[in-house]
Amino acid sequence: MKTIAEINQKIKKGDVVVVTAEEIIDLVGKKGAQKAAQEVDVVTTGTFGPMCSSGAYFNIGHSKPRIKIGGGICKINDVPAYTGLAAVDLFLGAAALPDDDPRNKVYPGEFRYGGGHVIEEMVAGKDLRLEAVSYGTDCYPRKKLETMINIRDLNEAVLFNIRNSYQNYNVAVNLSDRMIYTYMGALKPNLGNANYSCAGQLSPLMKDPYYKTIGIGSRIFLGGGIGYVAWHGTQHNPGVPRKDCGAPACGAGTLSVIGDLKQMKSEWLRGTSMFGYGVSLAVGIGVPIPILNAEIAAYAAIKDEEIYTQVIDYSQDYPQFESRKLGEVNYAQLRSGTIVVNGREVATGALSSYSKAKEIAETLKGWIRKGEFLLTEPVAALPGAESGYAVRPLRERPMY
Amino acid sequence: MTSKRIVLHFPHRLVDQPIVYKLVKDFNLSFNILKASVTPQEEGLMVLELSGQDADFKKGMDYLQSSGLKIQPLSEDVKRNQAKCTDCGVCVPICPVQALAVDPTNRKVIFYEDKCIACELCIKICPAHAMEIHF
Repeated sequence: MKTIAEINQKIKKGDVVVVTAEEIIDLVGKKGAQKAAQEVDVVTTGTFGPMCSSGAYFNIGHSKPRIKIGGGICKINDVPAYTGLAAVDLFLGAAALPDDDPRNKVYPGEFRYGGGHVIEEMVAGKDLRLEAVSYGTDCYPRKKLETMINIRDLNEAVLFNIRNSYQNYNVAVNLSDRMIYTYMGALKPNLGNANYSCAGQLSPLMKDPYYKTIGIGSRIFLGGGIGYVAWHGTQHNPGVPRKDCGAPACGAGTLSVIGDLKQMKSEWLRGTSMFGYGVSLAVGIGVPIPILNAEIAAYAAIKDEEIYTQVIDYSQDYPQFESRKLGEVNYAQLRSGTIVVNGREVATGALSSYSKAKEIAETLKGWIRKGEFLLTEPVAALPGAESGYAVRPLRERPMY
Repeated sequence: MTSKRIVLHFPHRLVDQPIVYKLVKDFNLSFNILKASVTPQEEGLMVLELSGQDADFKKGMDYLQSSGLKIQPLSEDVKRNQAKCTDCGVCVPICPVQALAVDPTNRKVIFYEDKCIACELCIKICPAHAMEIHF
């Protein structure tokens, strides 16, 4: 009915019609998917929450004399960076911790600073301490480097997140009789609270549940700047059970995303600390969905009431990799403030910020309306629901 | 007369001691428990309004100090750093007195300072370190 090229022409002319993933719900409800698809060109989505499989790579430039950090040890603000690359290329993971952080030795650990915080400070333009030691070679004789660095001086600073924007996620509860500290937050004993982490009706992959428009090469809002879908994310698992509307009823698809860190904003890349668990990076992502036909409009109008997820015990079942589910709830229930689990009313808490997700969808809408952001045609599709692509557990084998 | 609202933290070795009883018996103070959470083998927390004659009140407070309790005045302020808060809402079910809530109209987190009992749970668990204690 419409092509991405036609939508881009409208964006350039300034007469494109863009609505957020929230606004499309009412529109399709009132006018139907067919009419809505004629009227609307783009639906903008958003999500903002801790996403641990995030990180960034840097090329810091060569020192004089030269040093080969590759194969050596390198720390930025005391947080170790991965050095198994060439001389001055580094990768810093969001969950990396300083060597002298006590972790959970004094349980529960605080995890106040790590890779995610370094990335936030770097994007904010702060000077950072870089220390490297290496072994020295004929061509790279230097063995030690201590210097301040700043993002503006780096050759490349690229955010490269290997798993972000999960299409749905568990609700975490605690059936045990003691407080537990998880990546889903602190969980009070005996079903004291239920934590979830998904933007539901604003979440990118939820509004294009079969990946009909989102694919490799899709241009997106990433960390306050522009990024791209690089690949499907790790643990991409599109074949899970789905509801009639198309939304998966548990964690499913994921995205790997990439973008130039230098044009991102620290407001949308925030170091986070999960008490008793570790550090992470809250990432802001917004994906535009081109409304090419009525089917895509209908999917984009999926609402919280239709999106279900599973309640999982994080005291026993999750750590022991047991598949038991305590129930199924939808995001309207989760957002109401309480859900019912095992016959009891349990207060809910979110790790993913709905108001920030909405702000991202609004920001992206603004960019597209102003003609600052054009849509891209994906260069390849993500593995789909019928592809057979699936996440597998580790098969442990004796070493020999 | 002196009357103050205070927060008592009981280390677990003191959880089985009749401390509040002594405040009444030995120091003639009256109390009103606003909140209490005392479980075996965990640190106990009690928020109470304590009142009595000035001299008795001072002696009672000295007794509490010497017994090894941690005492905080309730006027100790927990503040939210708006610039750091991401409005995720993970603090909401953790707060024991519903001082944190989600505004249903805009999904932003509201902090009712007047309800706060300064238990500091939100300070520990806020992923963005947005909850701060000011002395």
